Amino acid sequence: MKNIPISKVVMLLAALLPLALFIMPLWTIELGAPQYPEPLGMEIWITKIAGIKAGDLQNINLMNHYVGMKEIPEHMAEFDLFPYVVIGLSLIGILFAFLGKRILYLTWFWTYIFVGMAGMYDFYRWEYDYGHSLNPKAAIKFMDETGKLLTYQPPLFGTEHILNFQATSLPAMGAYFLAAGILLSGFAYYRGRLEAGLSFPQL
Amino acid sequence: MKKTLYSIIALGSLIAGMTGCGSHDGKNDGALNKNNAERVYVAPGEHDDYYAFISGGFSGQLAVYGLPSGRLFKVIPVFSQDPEKAYGYNEETKPMLNTSYGFVPWDDAHHPDMSQTNGVIDGRWCFINGNNTPRIARIDLKTFETSEILEIPNSAGNHSSSFVTENTEYVVAGTRFSVPIPQRDMPIKDYKGNFKGSLSFIKVADDGMMDISFQIMMPGFNYDLAHPGRGASHGWVFFSTYNTEEANTLMEVNSSQNDKDFIAAVNWKKAEEYIKAGKFTTMPANYAHNVYNESTQSATTTMGKEVRILNPADCPGLVYFLPTPKSPHGCDVDPSGEYIVGSGKLSASLTVHSFTKMLAAIEGKKFDGEAYGIPIINFDDVVAGIVEQPGLGPLHTEFDGEGNAYTTFFISSEVVKWKLGTWEVLDRKPTYYSVGHLMIPGGNSRKPWGKYMIAMNKITKDRYLPTGPEVCQSAQLYDISGDKMELLLDFPTIGEPHYAAGCPAELLEPTSQKIYKLEDNHHPYVTRSGKDAKVTRKGNEVHIYMTTIRSHFAPDNIEGVKVGDKVYFHVTNLEQDYDVPHGVAMIGANTSELLIMPGQTETFIWEPKQEGVWPFYCTDFCSALHQEMQGYVRVSPKSSSLGLSWSLDGE
Repeated sequence: MKNIPISKVVMLLAALLPLALFIMPLWTIELGAPQYPEPLGMEIWITKIAGIKAGDLQNINLMNHYVGMKEIPEHMAEFDLFPYVVIGLSLIGILFAFLGKRILYLTWFWTYIFVGMAGMYDFYRWEYDYGHSLNPKAAIKFMDETGKLLTYQPPLFGTEHILNFQATSLPAMGAYFLAAGILLSGFAYYRGRLEAGLSFPQL
Repeated sequence: MKKTLYSIIALGSLIAGMTGCGSHDGKNDGALNKNNAERVYVAPGEHDDYYAFISGGFSGQLAVYGLPSGRLFKVIPVFSQDPEKAYGYNEETKPMLNTSYGFVPWDDAHHPDMSQTNGVIDGRWCFINGNNTPRIARIDLKTFETSEILEIPNSAGNHSSSFVTENTEYVVAGTRFSVPIPQRDMPIKDYKGNFKGSLSFIKVADDGMMDISFQIMMPGFNYDLAHPGRGASHGWVFFSTYNTEEANTLMEVNSSQNDKDFIAAVNWKKAEEYIKAGKFTTMPANYAHNVYNESTQSATTTMGKEVRILNPADCPGLVYFLPTPKSPHGCDVDPSGEYIVGSGKLSASLTVHSFTKMLAAIEGKKFDGEAYGIPIINFDDVVAGIVEQPGLGPLHTEFDGEGNAYTTFFISSEVVKWKLGTWEVLDRKPTYYSVGHLMIPGGNSRKPWGKYMIAMNKITKDRYLPTGPEVCQSAQLYDISGDKMELLLDFPTIGEPHYAAGCPAELLEPTSQKIYKLEDNHHPYVTRSGKDAKVTRKGNEVHIYMTTIRSHFAPDNIEGVKVGDKVYFHVTNLEQDYDVPHGVAMIGANTSELLIMPGQTETFIWEPKQEGVWPFYCTDFCSALHQEMQGYVRVSPKSSSLGLSWSLDGE
């Protein structure tokens, strides 16, 4: 046991943590309003979009249809892709941990940062489309001061007022596991340097 | 005769004088004590501490209030049709009001009582009796809707009802009026010895379903009120009686002659033994049992065809009579089960019997004769104590769990607090006016929550803004947590409030149902999605499978209906969101609207009498586009060959 470097163990743990995304959501969007003291909410998983409570998705769709927003999709191409990406990266991470080369840990770290950013960008694009592609026959068309049609894009992160709703978009438990995994891989890299007697980390 | 008349007038003016003074004092109380306002104030958005289920009296319904605010939350339709909720109007709930006399759209609701476990209110169900056409209803306290109504055969004036034993083994229902049993054509003057009174024991199953287990065929007295024993006296039920004279005319005089009437002590555990031993006779009967099935969301009626009868003369130890002055009304058992309080409504004192003494007297055979084979226990050998001169016209007693009893006095219009065991009067407070029942949450169980007491009055006169000759009914809230009772609040009630039941809010609030799950809806005409909406014809019957969701009906354009058709609107509310009911009403339909909760299906019938294009619309302001929630049915002449068609947005 003595001869297994801590960096290796940390990297192994880092590679496993993102698998939590299969049992918990990545992101939540909550919609509160005077009529919804108990907010409506949706959870974004890597495999699906679900309501926080039974009926929430139907109720969000009902609210949204008045301003012409599309229904929340039951299926998206991402749901087919993301599970493979997460499993693939974990397998690679495990392999890297066994190979025990700290440069590989750093590679994994940057790869996941890149994949995460791409995922966020994809999420943003979906939100943009969800908030901007409005049915021209919508019952309610609100204009801003300049006479432009209001759009209803939910925030990527944080809270925003959209008509009578206060929309709050925040990472969910799965995202914290993912972030912890990424950070641990970075830590594994530093630890590896220390174990090799190097003191000046370079990114 | 003239002399009697004068003394009645004199007594009348004396009483009027007393209540008049009381009124003045009461008003000062309310205006001066600013603190009282804070004690009943429930700030906007805050919730009350207690639920109170107050009988709607001759409205036939049960009203749900919050205490201490006295705010009305809901009127639960029970024995009367309610067009607001389509109860008794829609096809699903019409069977709830079936009886052996046919459809009876009204009753007189009297005594709510909640289910108990180990003598403590458990919040599963509330039972209430219909007095006029004898029935017992069970209300589900998850949905706050009537689940079941059971007609009571061989009963008339179902008044000593619906009281629940301490593990909800039975709900008891006693007859107020004795009648020929079985009913037959006979001279009224032959009442004595020929009329009978029945006491019914209704078994309650684990799922709440009621079933008449047996009836005890009693002498032709009037059985007025009842309460089950608890603790040591669990297994017994006590019924007050009047008209032991067995008079049949000018009852106000002729049934008030005996110095003492009886409290009948019934040993139902003994009754169970006799039933098991086969000591009963089976009697043909005809009574309706109406059950609302939550899965099909529809009620059905089945007719019961016989009842098991126990005759006390053949069943020694089943019933004893406890002599009690004078035409006792309320019959109330304290939380320990030891004391049985008989309120002789024509007397000025309260008689309290001891359960321990009763058992000893039975053991020692200390009887003072018998009536129709039922032993009468010596008064002195059963009485525990007498509360002397506490007021005039005692009616009902509840308990606070601290060893105190609270009794209402109709004639002197007050509530009197007295101590069990010492029988001393501790406090008295006026009521406005002529109080009937009172209620302390849990005050007729082993575990009262002795913070508040409400008095339910028979007369309000000048207490509120007048509304013509018919003025509101009223209850009054007292704080009983201190040594002295304090009047905090008057609040109006529906119908005439008879008895009430109450419990802490936390017992019901967490389990109160929010929606009906659509996937659990197995109504035969459910439509689970707008895409499945359709219209079918079977002869002159047209069935519309319709859905509602914010903010449209599907379908909303229907053609091919003809004059003379019988059009069934089966409307499913597809919403699965809390507090989003939809309503529907059709111009000229000879019925009420429907008010459909999320996930429910309800049906109304429309028989168009005239050609044309007729609109229907949503009656509950459901959403921002509620005013747009409407549709049309085209009605063609009888001879038309136009086929059925339906659409939503042209699809």
